[in-house]
Amino acid sequence: MDFTPTDDRRMLADTLNRFLTDRYDHDTRMKIAGSEIGWSAELWAEMAELGLIGALFAEDEGGFGGHGFDIALIFEGLGRALVVEPFHGALAARALPADQREEVIAGALIPAFAHSEPGTSFAQDRLRTTVTDGKLSGTKVAVAQAEAAHIFIVSAQDSDGPALFMVNAEHANLTAYPLFDGGRGADVTFDDAPATRLSAPLDTVLNRALLALSAEALGIMERCKDTTVDYLKTRRQFGIPLSKFQALQHRAVDMVTEIEQTRSAVINAAHHLGGPGASKYAAAAKYTAAATGRMISEEAIQLHGGIAMTWEYDLAHAAKRLTMTAQIMGDEDVHLRRFPAL
Amino acid sequence: MNLNFTPEQEAFRAEVQEWLADNLSARLADKVRTSKHLTKQDMEEWHAKLNAKGWLANHWPVEHGGPGWDPVQRFIFEHECALAHAPRVVPFGVNMLGPVLLKYGTDEQKAHYLPRILDGTDWWCQGYSEPGAGSDLASLKTAAVREGDHYVVNGQKTWTTLGQHADWIFCLVRTSKEGKPQEGISFLLIDMNTAGIEVRPIYLLDGDHEVNEVWFTDVKVPAENLVGTENMGWTIAKYLLTYERTGIAGVGFSTAALAELKRVVAQTEKADDPLFAARVAKVDIALENMKTTNLRVLAAAAGGGAPGAESSILKVKGTEIRQEINALFLRAMGPQAQPFISEALEDGFNGPETGPDGAAYAAKDYFNNRKLSIFGGSNEIQKNIVSKAMLGM
Repeated sequence: MDFTPTDDRRMLADTLNRFLTDRYDHDTRMKIAGSEIGWSAELWAEMAELGLIGALFAEDEGGFGGHGFDIALIFEGLGRALVVEPFHGALAARALPADQREEVIAGALIPAFAHSEPGTSFAQDRLRTTVTDGKLSGTKVAVAQAEAAHIFIVSAQDSDGPALFMVNAEHANLTAYPLFDGGRGADVTFDDAPATRLSAPLDTVLNRALLALSAEALGIMERCKDTTVDYLKTRRQFGIPLSKFQALQHRAVDMVTEIEQTRSAVINAAHHLGGPGASKYAAAAKYTAAATGRMISEEAIQLHGGIAMTWEYDLAHAAKRLTMTAQIMGDEDVHLRRFPAL
Repeated sequence: MNLNFTPEQEAFRAEVQEWLADNLSARLADKVRTSKHLTKQDMEEWHAKLNAKGWLANHWPVEHGGPGWDPVQRFIFEHECALAHAPRVVPFGVNMLGPVLLKYGTDEQKAHYLPRILDGTDWWCQGYSEPGAGSDLASLKTAAVREGDHYVVNGQKTWTTLGQHADWIFCLVRTSKEGKPQEGISFLLIDMNTAGIEVRPIYLLDGDHEVNEVWFTDVKVPAENLVGTENMGWTIAKYLLTYERTGIAGVGFSTAALAELKRVVAQTEKADDPLFAARVAKVDIALENMKTTNLRVLAAAAGGGAPGAESSILKVKGTEIRQEINALFLRAMGPQAQPFISEALEDGFNGPETGPDGAAYAAKDYFNNRKLSIFGGSNEIQKNIVSKAMLGM
């Protein structure tokens, strides 16, 4: 049992945090997130250059990390900075053939992961997207950064059951839109699109996605908590700082307690990723992150008061992204329902 | 970063399990599992077994009879004991007074009292709370006035757990009214057989006699029974509150109770109720998370970090989890939680069984464990501590 990060991971965390501090401050993020394309090709290239994509993959996959703890570390940092670039799509590239995956790691090829469908945010066994004779048809919703994608990694049913398929972007019909929490997404329809069946089992990619979303949520929670505690110490009413009111102190402590529990849930999921407990602990992490995420987002806004209702105040954007991480790939109920059988 | 225990730690766990299998009697384990009333003899029997093995005072230094374990070993030991349904070690002598004497006691006090704690000669109880001093402990009024070579103690302590069995009581007493209330408190050891002490039972809401009032009327206490110096009692009390408490989250107890809950639910109408399944899954996940939170705090402590306010988080969340499991257990019994048959919780009860397994003690466990969020610094006090120490609020 050891909770200290390895030297390699400590260096990776330093690299990530230095880059995000220097190059991805809140104003920059808001410009990127609200821009016409909703991401930055320039920063994406820099992040690939720094190895932030490569860290998501094992050495035999062409990367230099790929452990659950690498994925958790990267996404926690991305969460804290509210990064909108297409990391979730890149993470799913584990399912791709080696040559494409290496292009993804280099930042040249951008995949989007298309899983949720109208009415099914997570369910693997109720997919209505189907593949027959190598042709994929169906609709996926709210696919993150779909317009940026060169290829789509798509979950679908064929005669052997649910699996992952690769479809080139030229065969995807997009209805694109800006996202409530920044960046862009699209509903994507495929109509007899030529599709290549990928060998990676669907659940291994889903478990990685659940871990990444939970870790991202954790990073945002920490940011929300820090901002809130700072504000409580600064803002004065009735002649004293808000931080002196016990009702508010206890609510802040409840936030800290649940965030620590979420950190433990992410550690559990990272530890078990790739092992027999992977699905169980990924579900537990997503449940915990979704339930806690909503609490943190709502409490952070409430404890601030009116200022957190404004576009100008950065907490509001963190709260929005935190809330949306819970909506994606199954909310707390979806994963609570799955948990007992896992 | 690695959640696995080391091979050495796993070997230690196996050693503990094997020892428990050989030394924890089925009679005692069954009494604990089914929340039967433990007698003084039951508790002394268990202490004696642990002491014979050298595992009773598991956080004392080796030279005073401790086994030399690190925090992780202590956690493993306490966890395995809970899973095996071993009786709790009565904490007052071993876990509370012991560490205080080790840090603040004179050589004479250590030499006299520590061996008697280990061999069971002295049964200790704790004299902290008073009718007017609960969460606001520093407002305590029980007075000790120095007269020559002794103190004269007058006042009243309350919530004195198992005081009816005790030979000695360690007390916080007021020795000065100068300055802040915290500055006039001393830590005094008092023989329960001294003239002027009266113990009166308090019956709890489950009908049990677990706690007491202890009244002091002109009780003469030798001055050498003072621990530390006069008026440093608050420092000692605070030391005990932040003293490393590896088991404060009760993860082992919760794990055992959750397993019982899942087993028993299968016999009830809740077996195929999805709403109930969701409630169980929620607390199951919270407990899985808490196991790791607890280990993280332990690892920080083992690495030299002081687990101060973090143990308050463990206490708050850990007790909430335990209480929720008790509440679900009670609810699983439905109307069959109602029979109130005290004899059913005694050895050798041969009356008719009413309800599913656990019906006899579901309500008792639920109501009795409401204390968890009240004692040892209420959960609200714990939140005050976290707010101040971790958040600087």
